[in-house]
Amino acid sequence: MATLTEAPPPLSPAAPEKKPPRKRGRFTPYWLLLPGILWLLVFFALPMIYQASTSVQTGSLETGYKVTWHFATYWDALSEYWPQFLRSILYAGAATILCLVLGYPLAYLIAFRAGRWRNLIMILVIAPFFTSFLIRTLAWKTILADGGPVVGALNTLHVLDVTDWLGWTAGDRVLATPLAVVCGLTYNFLPFMILPLYTSLERIDGRLHEAAGDLYAKPVTTFRKVTFPLSMPGVVSGTLLTFIPAAGDYVNAELLGSTDTRMIGNVIQTQFLRILDYPTAAALSFILMAAILLMVTFYIRKSGTEDLV
Amino acid sequence: MALVNWLKRHFVVIAGLLTLGYLLLPNIVVTVFSFNKPKGRFNYQWQQFSTDAWKDPCGVADMCGSLSISLQIAFWATVGATVLGSMIAFALVRYRFRARGTVNSLIFLPMAMPEVVMAASLLTLFLNLGAQLGFWTILIAHIMFCLSFVVVAVKARVMSMDPRLEEAARDLYASPVQTFLRVTLPIAAPGIAAGAMLSFALSFDDFIITNFNAGSTVTFPMFVWGSAQRGTPVQINVIGTAMFLVAVLLVLASMVVSNRRNRQKA
Repeated sequence: MATLTEAPPPLSPAAPEKKPPRKRGRFTPYWLLLPGILWLLVFFALPMIYQASTSVQTGSLETGYKVTWHFATYWDALSEYWPQFLRSILYAGAATILCLVLGYPLAYLIAFRAGRWRNLIMILVIAPFFTSFLIRTLAWKTILADGGPVVGALNTLHVLDVTDWLGWTAGDRVLATPLAVVCGLTYNFLPFMILPLYTSLERIDGRLHEAAGDLYAKPVTTFRKVTFPLSMPGVVSGTLLTFIPAAGDYVNAELLGSTDTRMIGNVIQTQFLRILDYPTAAALSFILMAAILLMVTFYIRKSGTEDLV
Repeated sequence: MALVNWLKRHFVVIAGLLTLGYLLLPNIVVTVFSFNKPKGRFNYQWQQFSTDAWKDPCGVADMCGSLSISLQIAFWATVGATVLGSMIAFALVRYRFRARGTVNSLIFLPMAMPEVVMAASLLTLFLNLGAQLGFWTILIAHIMFCLSFVVVAVKARVMSMDPRLEEAARDLYASPVQTFLRVTLPIAAPGIAAGAMLSFALSFDDFIITNFNAGSTVTFPMFVWGSAQRGTPVQINVIGTAMFLVAVLLVLASMVVSNRRNRQKA
């Protein structure tokens, strides 16, 4: 230490006392931001404006569309497709809850119990991200196939009787029913739940658990009063990361469902790419966006983690 | 009673492993069915063991072409998003300026938007501009949605970085360029690498946004989507299995590297 404190004076007498004033520093952040922000403005924000204008246009593909401030499109779209909207919210909600219930133990396991297996389990959670999710979703067709082992087992256990009565499945089938779609959604977005949960669980000091145990808290009580509240940021961001994409998804409903399980994403996709009714499609897409933003804002307020984002 | 107690004690482990099984079940099925010899067009039922598909992975018309398009798009999207995103991340962490809040929300919004909404709005832009849908529109879209994820990954890393390291470099008469190249960049590298990896995975796997903005260009996910209606060739399972193995190896390798670095530091 002595050598450091008794360091000789700066070699060059002209060496400035303070940090050199950065002349161009004032504009550096703007130069750094410019290309990326421009990209987002042109290809993210501007398209939203175009879509807003499309949603109030009337006309046809042959004669061309014109802005006529025809807001009735919103009303028509909503009154015609509210079942699909409702279904999207229900399916996405169910998938989110299932993801939380299924994902929490695994995140907990990785954070506190995995020991030297931690890295391996982590890899197995992340690796599916890098394999095509469409291929994996198609695999569910094989897993849930009529007369397959899974359906057979559920049938023997009389689970299908119950789900049939609830309207989640139809007779001996699981494929092409709401259950299959929710199962696919849960599967697809599970890693988006596990990773934030793991991140927030990992930050918890293990000594808190010991302290709770020393104070005679049962494991369940420790979980309810210590672990779960401390993992709330993970729960909130996990549910958002699951619910939002699930509500707009149309892949699972298309591959694993039937015409009775169409979600709003399917409607938007068909209107845009097959029927080419752009105003209706744009209006639907805006209603979906508004509904999700409203729900998310409400949820974040309610869960009291506004500083999350 | 003993069994009940054992189950109670190990509840978390059992439930966690069951979830892991749920997560990996499709991968197992994909792997097993890559060795199938299906009778009809659809590879949904087990018929007979065969390694035909593994011997001839490109034996299906157009599949490997779509794979190569996807790889090219993923590569350029990763380059674009990583460069633009890292620049934004540095600006956000290192500088205080007006409009910081606005920039932050502009970064956050694409991640909080259902993909179908982004996809549809981008299509209305391209239609209005009369742009030819294809490789370039897909690339533009992919850079757009990967950007935010890079910003988040790099930001997290740069934020945890000690600014005194850069001050020290400056005190030792390093030029700003030298400081950046020799000090800042190496420290930020893991964050940038994480962002790049995420971009590559997101772009390579994206279906919804590509579906809207691809025109007649067929990426690999689009090929899989189309084959779900026409009949899925076994080769798709081969590619799926290979991708899973490559991913596991890549992640494994990156973990080994970062572990060794950490040990060197300690």
